[in-house]
Amino acid sequence: MTNQELKKTANEVRKGIIEGVHAAKAGHPGGSLSATEVFTYLYFEEMNIDPKNPKKADRDRFVLSKGHTAPGLYSALAQRGFFPVEDLKSLRSIGSHLQGHPCVQHTPGIDASSGSLGQGISVAVGMALSAKLSNESYRVYTLLGDGEIQEGQVWEASMFAAAKNLDNLCVIVDNNGLQIDGRIEDVNSPYPIPDKFRAFNFHVVEVADGNDFDQLRAAFKEARETKGQPTAIIMKTVKGKGISFMENQVGWHGKAPNDEEYAIAMEELGKAGV
Amino acid sequence: MADVKKIATRESYGNALVALGEKYDNLVVLDADLAEATKTGIFKKAYPDRHIDCGIAESNMVGIAAGLASTGKVPFCSSFAMFAAGRAFEQVRNSVGYPHLNVKIGATHAGISVGEDGASHQCNEDIALMRTIPGMTIINPSDDVEAKAAVEAAYKMDGPVYLRFGRLAVPVINDNADYKFEIGKGVVLKEGKDLTIIATGLEVNESLEAAKKLAEDGIDAEVINIHTIKPIDADLIVKSASKTGKVVTVEEHSVIGGLGGAVAEVLSEKCPTKMLRIGVKDTFGESGPAVKLLEKYELDAAGIYKQIKAFL
Repeated sequence: MTNQELKKTANEVRKGIIEGVHAAKAGHPGGSLSATEVFTYLYFEEMNIDPKNPKKADRDRFVLSKGHTAPGLYSALAQRGFFPVEDLKSLRSIGSHLQGHPCVQHTPGIDASSGSLGQGISVAVGMALSAKLSNESYRVYTLLGDGEIQEGQVWEASMFAAAKNLDNLCVIVDNNGLQIDGRIEDVNSPYPIPDKFRAFNFHVVEVADGNDFDQLRAAFKEARETKGQPTAIIMKTVKGKGISFMENQVGWHGKAPNDEEYAIAMEELGKAGV
Repeated sequence: MADVKKIATRESYGNALVALGEKYDNLVVLDADLAEATKTGIFKKAYPDRHIDCGIAESNMVGIAAGLASTGKVPFCSSFAMFAAGRAFEQVRNSVGYPHLNVKIGATHAGISVGEDGASHQCNEDIALMRTIPGMTIINPSDDVEAKAAVEAAYKMDGPVYLRFGRLAVPVINDNADYKFEIGKGVVLKEGKDLTIIATGLEVNESLEAAKKLAEDGIDAEVINIHTIKPIDADLIVKSASKTGKVVTVEEHSVIGGLGGAVAEVLSEKCPTKMLRIGVKDTFGESGPAVKLLEKYELDAAGIYKQIKAFL
């Protein structure tokens, strides 16, 4: 896909996020929007997947370790054709396959149940190890929040992944700088993030703008070409990206827009998509 | 008694893994720096490529097991019960239980018979914790024969299984030709009419011994081995309770939430019966030789006999 096509797709993914959380009157738009480009890039460019055969054995895997941003992942999956875009409006409602956090048994295209922070990365590491044990060539991607890396299990998993030379593993940290209680450096600073992953023997790729497709393209290429050690892509992003009143606002971590805010957001996305 | 063959079920676990590993390539074993103690070291020797030591990081180990299971492997992940069920509870619940993954947890050093390590390592809460996870199968084998059968049955079923093993060498009581292991099916080891003793794990043998002492007093106890605590054999429990009218549960676990809790739940709804729960009485353990501890906490045959006499 060209960057222009990717941008258009990302804009559609954003619309799906707003549709979902607005219909649900709940959910996590902020971190879904900061990661929209990475969801789009992974599912439209990077990963070997087949929406018609979501369980195909040799597919690349994706684990959304920051599971609360499921609206972003769901919207990308819907755009990619794993299920109808219309389903996004059923987010978080009874009987919907779109649970509040990813559920592997319910949703086509979801590779792991996640949402309890710090756990998804371990599952991703297990998948990467599994590929190594049976000489399979699929790759495993996992997306973490920058607040999430306060969880100790993230570092247990990282130590293990590097110790076992899992170069088929790509950890992505969405460094949007905000968590529920405020700025991450005020709550419990995980900075400097790249140095921490380097110290854990990861190959680190720093992305200055994780909402930019050229930079994501270069980063994932570098990750794929890295042998002998896992890669961590630490990407600076804007929480709430694409919706003027949500950008860099901690209050939009886990809140749905009301009808008026929804209308403004959709209007902005309508214009952005032209 | 001196010539009775004794084997710790953790040893049985290690041996069973080797036997299964030979047959099944997709079986992998995880440990958290306790391979010598959990006896997965036996497997490591035979199949080093399929033994993964995760280091001292049980939460991560359980997540890795989930990842392995979701990509077609059958991981047995091992640590002491305290850490497998305790420390990693939420990982077992969310990474394994919720997606109903085919992960087998081999938890050794359960109960106070851990001995000298003391209360920090004596897990009397694991059955209670694991029982609350939907879809979890829980097996607490009574001896070497049953432990090996349980490991094989766990491998052959699809879904998460919590296997509970002990550190202490215990008598082999099931090495008879007609022994058959079936997940979820209790075993009547001795028929009786005056009361039902329902035991699990190493307490099965102690209960059989206690029943012998009761017989000397003219009390005819039925003894049932419940190796599978979840799903529990409710039919067998109700059948026996309605025959004898009195039920005693015996386990090396807290009286809260374990076998006693499970049996009480069944009987209170289906066949209200006078009950006594023998186990660790809502207290922590302590250091000491395992056999002495079982005696002190009245979980040996003499202690069980004494408590049953008081109950009757």
